[in-house]
Amino acid sequence: MTDPAVSVRDLHYKFGETKAVDGVDLVVERGEIFGLLGPNGAGKTTTIRAITALLPVPDGVISVFGLDVAKRRMAVRRLIGYVPQQLSADGSLSGVENVSLFARLFDVPRRERKARVSESLEMMGLTDAADRLAKTYSGGMIRRLELAQALVSSPQLLILDEPTIGLDPIARGSVWDRIADVRAETGMTVLLTTHYMEEAEQSCDRVGLMHRGRLGKLGTPRELIDELDHPDATLEDVFRAYSGGPLEEEQKGLRDVRATRRTAGRLG
Amino acid sequence: MSVPLAAPLAGSVDVDRRMSPRLVLSRVVALCVVELQKLSHDRSELLTRAVQPALWLVIFGVTFTKLHAIPTGGVPYLDFLAPGVLAQSALFVSIFYGIQIIWERDAGVLAKLMVTPTPRAALVTGKAFAAGVRGLAQAVVVYAIAELLGVRFTVNPLKLLGVVVVVLLGAAFFCCLSVTIAGLVLSRDRMMGIGQAIMMPLFFASNALYPVTLMPGWLQVVNHVNPLSYQVEALRGLLIGTPARLPLDFGVLIVATAVGIAAASGLLARLAR
Repeated sequence: MTDPAVSVRDLHYKFGETKAVDGVDLVVERGEIFGLLGPNGAGKTTTIRAITALLPVPDGVISVFGLDVAKRRMAVRRLIGYVPQQLSADGSLSGVENVSLFARLFDVPRRERKARVSESLEMMGLTDAADRLAKTYSGGMIRRLELAQALVSSPQLLILDEPTIGLDPIARGSVWDRIADVRAETGMTVLLTTHYMEEAEQSCDRVGLMHRGRLGKLGTPRELIDELDHPDATLEDVFRAYSGGPLEEEQKGLRDVRATRRTAGRLG
Repeated sequence: MSVPLAAPLAGSVDVDRRMSPRLVLSRVVALCVVELQKLSHDRSELLTRAVQPALWLVIFGVTFTKLHAIPTGGVPYLDFLAPGVLAQSALFVSIFYGIQIIWERDAGVLAKLMVTPTPRAALVTGKAFAAGVRGLAQAVVVYAIAELLGVRFTVNPLKLLGVVVVVLLGAAFFCCLSVTIAGLVLSRDRMMGIGQAIMMPLFFASNALYPVTLMPGWLQVVNHVNPLSYQVEALRGLLIGTPARLPLDFGVLIVATAVGIAAASGLLARLAR
């Protein structure tokens, strides 16, 4: 039996007294696009940070392609490409330099480095802008640059935290198109978080709804919508039915928004 | 295009856990390359950062040389001061790294770096030597200003190589000190205040401006535990040939840097959380 891309068993995480994640069980199959859905503060980012071993987790709770994250941190990280929620490309470096840094940090052999960097940039439609400083990029271009950074190491699992947050609708569409292209071409597994329900409905093979640190509903968007038994139902309705309320902002929202705005401001 | 998928590593041992020197070296190179690229895109920063050391040399140095107020053992005061100012300008560059790492944390850059197969100590070592690269660039500018003012520094290539090593180690240590404090205070605003608050005492409680013998007893004690003093002593010895305890100076700087790297990497996880 092959191991799933990600397996999480009864994950708990507290920040002080706040339970950010309260008993999450999750399996992401190889090759699927899995969306973790929920409002700000639902525990999505904490879950992702645990999977990438940024947060300490006990042995045996999380495995990535069969490797225990607590014990095999470095081996797990070689398999992961990660794009955080904030716009995190370095504005004072060019596109090529931004991607080359990650090629080096992932030990891409020197003779392949140049080719891999330009392939990644090309895949994200940034060849023409490759030599410009990233601070001259638009928000959507920066997101695509970050995808190029994450892809240059040919990861088996791409983890995207709110990939379209703060982008205009056209830029969002182009980011989703690129993610779909990458999956189609490489068969890579994609685990992402979002609070945009329509985008998840269109782009994810399976979704999990998170609310107050718990993962409730799990399934294909279609399955979840059909459960409601209403002709015009959307994923947002599913979420509302599940959480007993609209997508209200939960705790920790201010910090996230502040960080995102600050980054957006910095990069112009 | 086709992206070859990396072979699954399920059976292999987690070799990366052990910090192989090769891995550390490759990360240091990666982060130093980035620093050089940034410098090449914005050279004006080198000049704006040269203003302060230039003022110290031109105003303070030239004036006190005329006054003969500070006994330097027969060395013109400007010559005595120049290595101190060189060390100070590298110190000021390094202290900035603590603020930078908090900024990188807020921008998600730190998390992204930490999700690469880079052990924390390798990341910190990389940052420390990236600070060293900046410090060196600054040192070159100060060297040039001092030469213009008539300071006769050594041209012996071996001694200059020693200077390079001393500047790198000094900058690396102060970068780690700053990152360590950043890991404790976790806020940019507080970090800026603390950065300002420690820079000047480090500078004044060292032998950068005056010989140790002029200091009151308690300050001499501080001076003895201040790595900047050992850095200045080594620089002065190498650049203008004053007496220096080079093995001790290098030893202190190497040990201080190692301790700094250990402390800063211990606190890095706190920053990423």
